[in-house]
Amino acid sequence: MSTSIRVLYFASLREALGCGSEELPPAADIATVGALRARIAARGAPWQQLLEAKNLRAAVNQTMVGFDAPVRAGDEVAFFPPVTGG
Amino acid sequence: MSVSVQEADFDVGAELAALTAGDEAAGAVASFVGLVRGSEVSAMTLEHYPGMTEKALAEIVEQARGRWPLGSVRVVHRIGRLLPGERIVLVAVSSRHRQAAFAACEFIMDYLKTQAPFWKREETAAGSRWVDARESDDEALGRWRATP
Repeated sequence: MSTSIRVLYFASLREALGCGSEELPPAADIATVGALRARIAARGAPWQQLLEAKNLRAAVNQTMVGFDAPVRAGDEVAFFPPVTGG
Repeated sequence: MSVSVQEADFDVGAELAALTAGDEAAGAVASFVGLVRGSEVSAMTLEHYPGMTEKALAEIVEQARGRWPLGSVRVVHRIGRLLPGERIVLVAVSSRHRQAAFAACEFIMDYLKTQAPFWKREETAAGSRWVDARESDDEALGRWRATP
């Protein structure tokens, strides 16, 4: 099992960030999806504006979750805009 | 396999025939086919989240099975670049009676629209852009949540 947190970005978010995925080392202050989002947003532009978007959605280990969901080492966390399939 | 995510087109007739093949308990089949609308859009590209997509669709089908007595369920969703008139999605449901088949088909589409990780990018004469989510899709979902 990986000891890092794998972070994925999709669709308009991936394009605007110019980044589809990255690995982050786990940290004591990244206990939730919301904390992970704040950590990434702290990088400044363009991360801050895009990660703080009101309609941002998240998934942990491929299940849609709220921002209070826990994050552990080895998890796959995805951020994306509202879905538009069908 | 009741859920497929694929680039290739699907044959609606063959899918519907396979749905109830050898199943004499089925008395009804309801299906929905979504198409690329082509008035302003010259093409559409569908991106998805491999792994989560299949999982989300399977969960939606299980939720439908928890609400209605269903026979077989089939969901096919295409990805990649599609042209106006092309098929995007198929949902087909069999049941003993039509009410369950109609309702489950609509339920699965409403959930798919708001819960399955697909994103559309449209190409128009003015350029290409990511499609915004529609509030009416969330409202359609709310209707099911209000009647558990």
